[in-house]
Amino acid sequence: MSQLDAHVVILGAGHAGGTLAALLRQYGHTGAITLIGDEPIAPYQRPPLSKAWLKGEADADSLALKPTEFYPANRIDFRPNVTALSLDRAAKTVSLSDGSSLAYDIAVIATGARAIQLPLPGADLEGVQVLRTAADAEKLKAALGPGKHLAVVGGGYIGLEAAASARALGAEAVVLEREPRILARVAVETLSSFFQAYHEARGVTFQCSVNVTGFEGKDGKVTGVTLSDGRVVPCDIALVGVGARPNDALAKDAGLPCERGIVVDLEARTADPSIFAIGDVTYRPLPTYDRSFFLESVFNALDQAKQAACAITGRAAPPVEAPWNWSDQYDLKLQIGGMPFDADTTLVRGDIAAAKFAIFHLKGQQIQAVEAVNAPPEFMMGRQLIANRKPVDLVKLADPSISMKEVAA
Amino acid sequence: MAKITYIEHSGAEHVLDVKTGLTVMEGAVKNNVPGIDADCGGACACATCHVYVDAAWLDKTGDKSAMEESMLDFAENVEPNSRLSCQIKVSDALDGLVVRLPESQH
Repeated sequence: MSQLDAHVVILGAGHAGGTLAALLRQYGHTGAITLIGDEPIAPYQRPPLSKAWLKGEADADSLALKPTEFYPANRIDFRPNVTALSLDRAAKTVSLSDGSSLAYDIAVIATGARAIQLPLPGADLEGVQVLRTAADAEKLKAALGPGKHLAVVGGGYIGLEAAASARALGAEAVVLEREPRILARVAVETLSSFFQAYHEARGVTFQCSVNVTGFEGKDGKVTGVTLSDGRVVPCDIALVGVGARPNDALAKDAGLPCERGIVVDLEARTADPSIFAIGDVTYRPLPTYDRSFFLESVFNALDQAKQAACAITGRAAPPVEAPWNWSDQYDLKLQIGGMPFDADTTLVRGDIAAAKFAIFHLKGQQIQAVEAVNAPPEFMMGRQLIANRKPVDLVKLADPSISMKEVAA
Repeated sequence: MAKITYIEHSGAEHVLDVKTGLTVMEGAVKNNVPGIDADCGGACACATCHVYVDAAWLDKTGDKSAMEESMLDFAENVEPNSRLSCQIKVSDALDGLVVRLPESQH
């Protein structure tokens, strides 16, 4: 069933919301499209904020998903600086922070996730910040430069990317991690050690198994991070990168089922047929792994924007693909395909010392996930094998002299 | 500024003026040309901005990096004139460039 003339109200103008608006027009949607965003600028890409943009290798224009004139030219009513406060499912209206109310035929919740803030003493000092928005990134970039000290709280990908970018800008960087190793929640030990050593060789220092207890400051500005053992790590800026939480209050308040995020189906539809949800805010089916989960990635934003756009315009659903993600640090390109659910072993292919290798997460002979460092064939073919559910010969897979095409044959 | 013609797999043509310094991928994506997905936004990480460069323009669009070559090797329906359009920088020398888009990027 298609609803090409429906008024679609998209709540959230991030990567998912912005992509959906553009895809609806591309797919021939003729009805009104309203795009509500709580930031002052039109939809943009967030990944470069800790990577190319932070290093000064990309400008604001290149971050924007579309030029500003795209929205009026395509009859997309983009409203910046506005937040959706509540949904009235019976009346099919949404009330907004500017005091207005908007009627919808179809509502799409694309409110994303927010970076977790640490409720610690001194967390409100100037220079203690998270990295989620372009405004956050502007602040961080302005504070970095030769002789500056960056303290990163949380050894995850955002923190590591920021540390690498800080080094590129001539700043010192220290990473403080609560767990015994960095990337503890997202990567195997081999990869944690590899990244730590690579960063250390480029001047980043690490303190693992430490508990941050607060932030010290002078004249309202941060000067150091305090640890539970009494030490103070001096810094000019402290970046807190300890994960994110879905902005699903709107859906919860409206009585829509939520897990860690809003529960949706493979059309990105919520329990209410008139309401979709896309992007970081969702808890979605992953057919490849026979389960539902949350994914915070560009892949997910685009995949679900496509699912919703297809469902709304009556197109056939997009094919199921394996999730993926990437990280750029120094001259390393990490490409991650799939999710390591139910994996019983890992297998390393390639040469870790040469920074060209892939770690495969296996369930028997099936590849569940691959983490590829400067190894595009392993990533590209690995992702296809994950999606196909095709068993592989592990002896061949472990032998880099046998091409990935032959492994997959 | 360069005039670039993007030809969809269906045959639909989009003739666009693309600013110098942008990539051929950005010229398409910013103008909502269907058929170039560019999931990673130009990081050479996804191979979803695959195009076929018209033979006459192959020399002018430059050489592929090892990374691009390696990513393309695993894309669908690759031809000798395949490129990742995020790796082609637009310059005055590319005024008149014609690229064709594959049936699918996924």
